[in-house]
Amino acid sequence: MESQNQYEVDLGNLLAFNHSHHFPSLPSSREELVKECLEEGTKLVQAIADRLFNLPSTEDVDGPIVTLPPPTTKLPRSKHLPKPKPPTKWELFAKKKGIKKRKKDKVVWDEQTGTWKRRFGYDRVDDDRDVPIIEAKMTDEPGEDPFAKRQEEKKKRVAKQDKNRLQNLKQAAKVGALPSHVQLAATALPITGTQAAPKKFTKHELGDVAGIAATSTASGGKFDKKVPGEKAPKHQGKHRKFLPVVEGSGIGSREKEQTDKVLNKLFSKHSHEILNVEKAVTAYNVKREKKQRLKHNKNVEDKSLSTSNKLKPKKQLNKKSAKKGSSKKGKAK
Amino acid sequence: MLKVKTPKNPRVKRALEKRAPKLVETGKKTLILQGTKTSNTLNDVLTELYLLKKGSAIRYTRKNENIRPFESGGETSLEFFSLKTDCSIFIYGSTSKKRPDNLVIGRTYDHHIYDLVEVGVENFKPLHSFIYDKKLAPRVGSKPFICFVGEGFESVEELKHLKEVLVDLLRGEVIENLNLAGLDHAYVCTAVSSNRVFFTHCALRLKKSGTIVPRMELVEVGPSMDFVVRRHRLPNESLRKEAMKTAKDQSKKKLGDMALPNKAKGVKRERREAKMKNDPTERASKKQKEESV
Repeated sequence: MESQNQYEVDLGNLLAFNHSHHFPSLPSSREELVKECLEEGTKLVQAIADRLFNLPSTEDVDGPIVTLPPPTTKLPRSKHLPKPKPPTKWELFAKKKGIKKRKKDKVVWDEQTGTWKRRFGYDRVDDDRDVPIIEAKMTDEPGEDPFAKRQEEKKKRVAKQDKNRLQNLKQAAKVGALPSHVQLAATALPITGTQAAPKKFTKHELGDVAGIAATSTASGGKFDKKVPGEKAPKHQGKHRKFLPVVEGSGIGSREKEQTDKVLNKLFSKHSHEILNVEKAVTAYNVKREKKQRLKHNKNVEDKSLSTSNKLKPKKQLNKKSAKKGSSKKGKAK
Repeated sequence: MLKVKTPKNPRVKRALEKRAPKLVETGKKTLILQGTKTSNTLNDVLTELYLLKKGSAIRYTRKNENIRPFESGGETSLEFFSLKTDCSIFIYGSTSKKRPDNLVIGRTYDHHIYDLVEVGVENFKPLHSFIYDKKLAPRVGSKPFICFVGEGFESVEELKHLKEVLVDLLRGEVIENLNLAGLDHAYVCTAVSSNRVFFTHCALRLKKSGTIVPRMELVEVGPSMDFVVRRHRLPNESLRKEAMKTAKDQSKKKLGDMALPNKAKGVKRERREAKMKNDPTERASKKQKEESV
């Protein structure tokens, strides 16, 4: 009982403080000091343990578990308290009108496919791709694709929602209550007038420009001081080779060899062997066949008869289907 | 023009949410770093403090040139590191002729310096110089006892401040449930004189006493050292008030805190059964609809 009066115990932090102890005279040696400190420490630990082990505990496999009271020592936070999020424009409106949130089912019956489908997201109900036919209405304008219109409308709705969301987030950012995972990043400054937005250079583009600038001195940038981090120019050195015209051995004879090679090819007895006869023959054959086919098709169209040609019926099928499609579209309008 | 930037994947989102300000905070992380000049002792002190705090500490081993916590302009990189590592306590070691073996322990609020205490380290005894039964060695991350002895901690302002900082540094995470079998170490801080604090780390030996409360015995496991208080800077009053705010309603969402039952197989089935109990009609009604269509 005496110990409890003497010591301050904060059970939440397992902390004990003996504020009445002081050394009457400093111990002469280090060992004595340590010993005395440990003794005092033991008393304090015992005082905490007295309280701790008397707390109601539940048995667990690993040992008795007690519920600690909240710590009494006040310590500063490391970050500010989270600020409450301001209501969005819709939330304000809904409150004014008394609109309440309703729970909606996650899955909905899809009439198109006759199955249960998600309300949103992948494989959703009433997806644009699942609508094969849109019935014509009296109000429809001719010459307008209803499918394209549907997509356009959806895009507009999405854009509007994005705009609203950004507006609400801006409001939240003003109070400093942005959700932790959202950042509002400036894309570019708004440009007025006819001036085009300044183009941002990538790292590589800048490097290229720097390389050109560096090599545009008389010496090709050879004696310039390098900036730290500067890379060597990309295409350094010669691209074309001019062999020496003067005759000699080694590299001097290379030029003669080159020209000889070309001339020999042209003037040789077997110069016709340069030509790949087989290739030429097939090329000729293909050309002739094409011509024939064209002629044949013309004949067929004139007579509008189906003959033994295998290719032809397929072609007609294609044409038919194309016509069908166009006619259907016409209907839809 | 503004653009909404959101993380591209859930992992990043989770990481960001972890760093966001919370209503009820969980533990502070400690950043341990050094200046351009350190001594051997100081290196040992820093590494051993890191070992004590392992799990919730980050150790920077490079030299840091322009950190002078007490001077204006010298705290910028500290604040940046605090932001980068999400640490709100830092321990900065440096040594100079004027202040040999200097430790600056500081806290940050919103990644800005909150308060600072400067102590000199003397009579340092490293971990390996203590000989004890290794079975007693404290485990990483267990909740420590913290003891403060001496009236100095109440009467002397510097020591009072040091005490608060040490509690914040040593206490670890605030927890609700504590396993009594896991108690295995204690920190003892004694105010020897008006500016000197003896700090030591002990293991606990629980002995039978006949009652439910075991008899505690302290075995010094190290490190131990003397802190000589040098400079300190208290937080200004308005900042203090701001930082001491707590959430009025301690309603904290507890997820994953519940101990799972030992048989993992049962979990799924139980969940399904619970679902069936809650809304047995919903699914059935859908099926009927389907049939009618």
